Amino acid sequence: MNRELPLTQNIRIDQPPFDCREYERAGGYEAVKNCVGKMEPQAVTQLIKDANLRGRGGAGFNTGLKWSFVPMGPDVARPKYLVANADEMEPGTFKDRLLMEGDPHLFIEGMILSAYAIQAEVGFIFLRWGYQLAELRMHKAIREAYDGGYLGKNINGSGFNFDLHMHVSAGRYMCGEETGLLNALEGRRANPRAKPPFPQVSGLFGKPTIVQNVETLCNVPGIVRNGVEWYKKLSLSADGGTKLFGVSGKVKRPGLWELPMGTPVREILESYAGGMRDGLKFRGLLPGGASTAFLTDQHLDVKMDFDSVGKAGSRMGTGTMIVLDDKTSVVGMMHNMMAFFAQESCGWCTPCRDGLPWVAKILDAMKDGQGQPGDIERLQLQCKNMGPGLTFCALAPGAADPLLSAIKYFREDFERAIPAGKPAAVAAGAA
Amino acid sequence: MAKIWVDGKTHDVDGSRNLLDVCLSLGKNLPYFCWHPATGSVGACRQCAVKQYRDENDKQGRLVMACMTQALEGSRISIEDGEARAFRKSVAECLMVNHPHDCPVCDEGGECHLQDMTVMTGHNYRAYRFPKKTYENQDLGPFVNHEMNRCIQCYRCVHYYKDIAGGKDLQAFACHDHVYFGRHEDGALESEFSGNLVEVCPTGVFTDKTLKKHYTRKWDLQTAPSVCVHCSLGCNTIPGERYGLIRRIRNRYHGKVNGYFLCDRGRYGYEFVNHERRIRRPLLRNADGALEEAPREAVMERLGVLLADPKKVVGIGSPRASMESNFALRSLVGAERFFQGIPDREAHLVETIVKILKDGPARSCSLREIEQCDAVFILGEDVTNTGPMVEISVRAAIKQQPMRVLDALKIPTWHAAAVKDAIQDERGPLFMATPSGTKLDSAATVTYRGTADDCARLGFAVAKALDAKAPDVPECPAETRELAARIAEVFRNARRPVVISGTSLRSEAVIHAAANVAWASGTARSAGPAELFFILPECNSMGLGIMGGVGIESSAQAVIGGMFETAILLESDLARQTSAEAIERFAGRVKHLVVLDSILTPEIAAHAEVVLPAGTFAEADGTFVNSEGRAQRFYQVFVPETEIQESWRWIHEAAGAAGQRNGWWSNLDDVCTAAATAIPGLAALVKVAPPASFRLVGEKVPRAPHRYSGRTAMVANRTMHEPKPPADPDTPLSFSMEGYEGPTPAALISNFWAPGWNSIQSLNRFQEEISGPLRGGDSGVRLLEPSGGTRPAYFDRVPEEFRRKPGEWFLLPLYHIFGSEEMSSLSPPIQERAAKPYVQMNSADAAELGLKAGDLANVHIDGVLHRLPVQLTAQLLRGTAGVPVGLAQFPVLNVPAWTRINKG
Repeated sequence: MNRELPLTQNIRIDQPPFDCREYERAGGYEAVKNCVGKMEPQAVTQLIKDANLRGRGGAGFNTGLKWSFVPMGPDVARPKYLVANADEMEPGTFKDRLLMEGDPHLFIEGMILSAYAIQAEVGFIFLRWGYQLAELRMHKAIREAYDGGYLGKNINGSGFNFDLHMHVSAGRYMCGEETGLLNALEGRRANPRAKPPFPQVSGLFGKPTIVQNVETLCNVPGIVRNGVEWYKKLSLSADGGTKLFGVSGKVKRPGLWELPMGTPVREILESYAGGMRDGLKFRGLLPGGASTAFLTDQHLDVKMDFDSVGKAGSRMGTGTMIVLDDKTSVVGMMHNMMAFFAQESCGWCTPCRDGLPWVAKILDAMKDGQGQPGDIERLQLQCKNMGPGLTFCALAPGAADPLLSAIKYFREDFERAIPAGKPAAVAAGAA
Repeated sequence: MAKIWVDGKTHDVDGSRNLLDVCLSLGKNLPYFCWHPATGSVGACRQCAVKQYRDENDKQGRLVMACMTQALEGSRISIEDGEARAFRKSVAECLMVNHPHDCPVCDEGGECHLQDMTVMTGHNYRAYRFPKKTYENQDLGPFVNHEMNRCIQCYRCVHYYKDIAGGKDLQAFACHDHVYFGRHEDGALESEFSGNLVEVCPTGVFTDKTLKKHYTRKWDLQTAPSVCVHCSLGCNTIPGERYGLIRRIRNRYHGKVNGYFLCDRGRYGYEFVNHERRIRRPLLRNADGALEEAPREAVMERLGVLLADPKKVVGIGSPRASMESNFALRSLVGAERFFQGIPDREAHLVETIVKILKDGPARSCSLREIEQCDAVFILGEDVTNTGPMVEISVRAAIKQQPMRVLDALKIPTWHAAAVKDAIQDERGPLFMATPSGTKLDSAATVTYRGTADDCARLGFAVAKALDAKAPDVPECPAETRELAARIAEVFRNARRPVVISGTSLRSEAVIHAAANVAWASGTARSAGPAELFFILPECNSMGLGIMGGVGIESSAQAVIGGMFETAILLESDLARQTSAEAIERFAGRVKHLVVLDSILTPEIAAHAEVVLPAGTFAEADGTFVNSEGRAQRFYQVFVPETEIQESWRWIHEAAGAAGQRNGWWSNLDDVCTAAATAIPGLAALVKVAPPASFRLVGEKVPRAPHRYSGRTAMVANRTMHEPKPPADPDTPLSFSMEGYEGPTPAALISNFWAPGWNSIQSLNRFQEEISGPLRGGDSGVRLLEPSGGTRPAYFDRVPEEFRRKPGEWFLLPLYHIFGSEEMSSLSPPIQERAAKPYVQMNSADAAELGLKAGDLANVHIDGVLHRLPVQLTAQLLRGTAGVPVGLAQFPVLNVPAWTRINKG
């Protein structure tokens, strides 16, 4: 393989990650040396914008564009913050973990460059509670970066200061939502915040803040070092760069690979994950974690990039697929997922707090063959009422997507869960 | 103004507000839960969804939450859109999934916002078939009942409790569909404003525990517009009565005074009205020397004799009696024989304040105007305990400066959650000078500790820093001078500064200093002087102050030195104002003591010859003047079956019996007119509220709601005949559910109700705009406005700095919201929370005496030795000590004073 792997090139599974010296030897922190104090911060932002680096947390927003909303200049509110969202809790997703455990200095370098671009003087890594190895390795790497003069005061002699702190989360799915994370970091309940105002303007402690996924930040050093054209060429589609794609479920070789953005689903599934285990047939997959809608065999040639998956009726999300086979109960899988989402609802807005448990309870009954006529319509109605804009944040719409698509593609499975002859429940939504 | 379209109709609305706010002001039926006009928008419940269209060509539209969407020019929305209605119905269904549907046994039933909104959405059948979640309830103390199972998780309670009231012990716990609102453990809610939860909660989670003890359906309560009697602020209330008992107090919104809230003393102090020691019939001392009930005729006959020569009668008025009753007494005995039933010192302080507000250039601001002030200097008052609602206003005021960042961040002020995220814990300037720690300390920029004289010196120094012409403070320590310069700088640059002071330290110097600061700021600021807010001792202290007269010591001197035979004591418990010996001396000299009061105390009962049952706020109409100088009418709530009536009526009747009437007063208006004519400062008294002859469409305004039930059966155990509703000659209100239904002047609003809106949220229908004045203007008339002439000379009696005396302690008065006020202390729930006697000392002083916290100390107070448990604090200046004042059974009169303290 001669492909460039800017995210994972330094990662040697089963060996400790590069320390600062080794990372430097591999060309690490070159971007910091060439950029901090030497480039205009706005030029860094423009570079990232031109590279079309889209947020790897799942929403796919143009990263440079997001940075450009941060107020710049001498008179703006201080401190400004850069927060790395390392609270990777999306079911089926384990990509940030690899990056933090495998190449912590790449991540730190990405944070320094990003902080420089928005002129943030304080950074936080908001880490998932369960990532204890990552915690150890990140702590070590942060110490080394301070010792190497890459963090702290007057980096590169440029007058730019950047302090980086790690916060280990108490552990809730909700903390991974950008604004819920900020509340958690402030020591408050991890309820989401309304947008606008966006964190870029009024974020952590009311100050301008950028929250960025770990993988996104890890893309930044390569772009700064090698430029826009190089970055775009890594990709097979309009979105720049490479992407960590993962596959879980009953495939032959579940795993995680750095591949060009836009690699077709079929290629990932068959060439990398080795196809379905013997005796099992493919029924569908959730392309980017639990909160994305199903793709089925008609979508296997869809390119894995934000726009292509969007056109196919789902979202690329985190790019880590969960595969469904023909021997696993769809209703059971949905129950498992909805119980998770109901459990992880922060309890703030009504359709999510009270709607999701209802959905989970119906699915619980259905998976045991205790469904009642009207249940499918009720599920659909509750999902409709958890649509984007109707709930406070994206948690509930993310929960509704897979369920609605499961009912769409596998309706017969749901119908089988309602035994004939059961008394009719009142049809959902009846006046 | 912005033009918006709502369901095809155009409206001109305030474009700086959100769509829910403006729709409610337009009278639309749009359901909501998490939004509250005082706490603002947070977007949690998703109940107020409406369809919004991009422009006139957009037929699709999208659902938005009205409370989270600005009413921008050209907005096009539909409330009635089918998809919006279906969504709102579904939200109500979700909210009701775990609700116990226990309306028939719920205290909230009948005025429940959840009931109203559920009906409004059309949700009526629960399809949910699984078990409901349940919760354990907590004992939250004597005021608020807790029933978590009814909760719909709107989060209003915690937003109110933490963000508005500054409370810390009510939190949201747990998550997903098991969010719990309560304390970390059982126990009384610590906030002095916990009772507002009862009204803030849209359903029956937090309900009035005192109402529960003597429960009546809300629609069976007879109510009247009233004014709180438990401090000088004059918060507006709605007491509710059934079967001769006051059952509860509810907030009556006033755009300038109390807004949406009351303190717990005001809400729960009412039970003195129902007290077993109430005087219900006239009493006469009989030949055996005992007080006994007597027929009215016999009492009047005796009074006719006693009052035959008014020159031999002194009248002692009261700051807790109405203007009308005080005036009636003054009118009977003559101004020169009219005294105030308070110490001379207190009368003098109030007189000084009246003069400052009348003659000076600084105006007295209202309670809610404090909220708009952006710099606060509190001089001497522990506001939470002397004028509780001031705390709420100050907490709002200190957000004004931090909120200036909002414009740049494009955050509208209604967006409460975003405002909170943006300003975090930033607070604007609040300077506090008090003798000991107060609850607001934690919100203060700087706290300064010292005696009243020290606090006054700081004030004088601030005035000096603002205007070089103001008197200097001799021997002012550099530290104080620096602080003064800092306060002066803040006042100079503030948009609207306010000085809050009062009488609680019993110090003229403090009041002078407050006036000097406000006046001096007038020369330092182009925008004019700072505003003044004085907290006075009682609900009508200001009114009595405007009426004039000296205090008890002077009256005692007059009696002892004079030719007086009879004294009339109006609604004053002298035992709280003067020593037992002084009462003995006083009573020994007057031959006849006539007492008008609601509760009989043993000290007075021992000497009274005639006792007349005086109506409280619940059984009488009248006018109080609050500390702002606003005269406000309170209306009789019910007609007692006994002979209780207004003191002014008793006095007028007695005057008649003695042949001493000055004109005939048939009703309250006649008294007001006479007072307005006799006393120049009271000319506006006739304009306080509509006259008794006021009618709407020829009808009176009913006190009882139209759903009031059981009138034909209420006394059926005694008579099968339905009694005629009592007449009310004094007011345009009727004791009935019959009469005019519809908008009334604000002074006459007995109850907030609108079709489909049975809860207090119906208030939206009574305001000109949300949180604005009541339709037709807020009630009451300000009697004190600055003269507008030249600034009076600065007060120049700068006191000396406090100096310790070896072996002695300077005893200072400390106040308690629960316990320091006379009438509320008779209310059982208040008693349960009332302070017990103690002495507060500086820890270092106590250590020198070998005293630890809780040890008993010997303290001489008013010449009496008390053994008091010691409370330690680092806040008191060394050489000073504090004792609570006003507690029942613990008279503390001549404080501040030097005393000795030693180990008990």
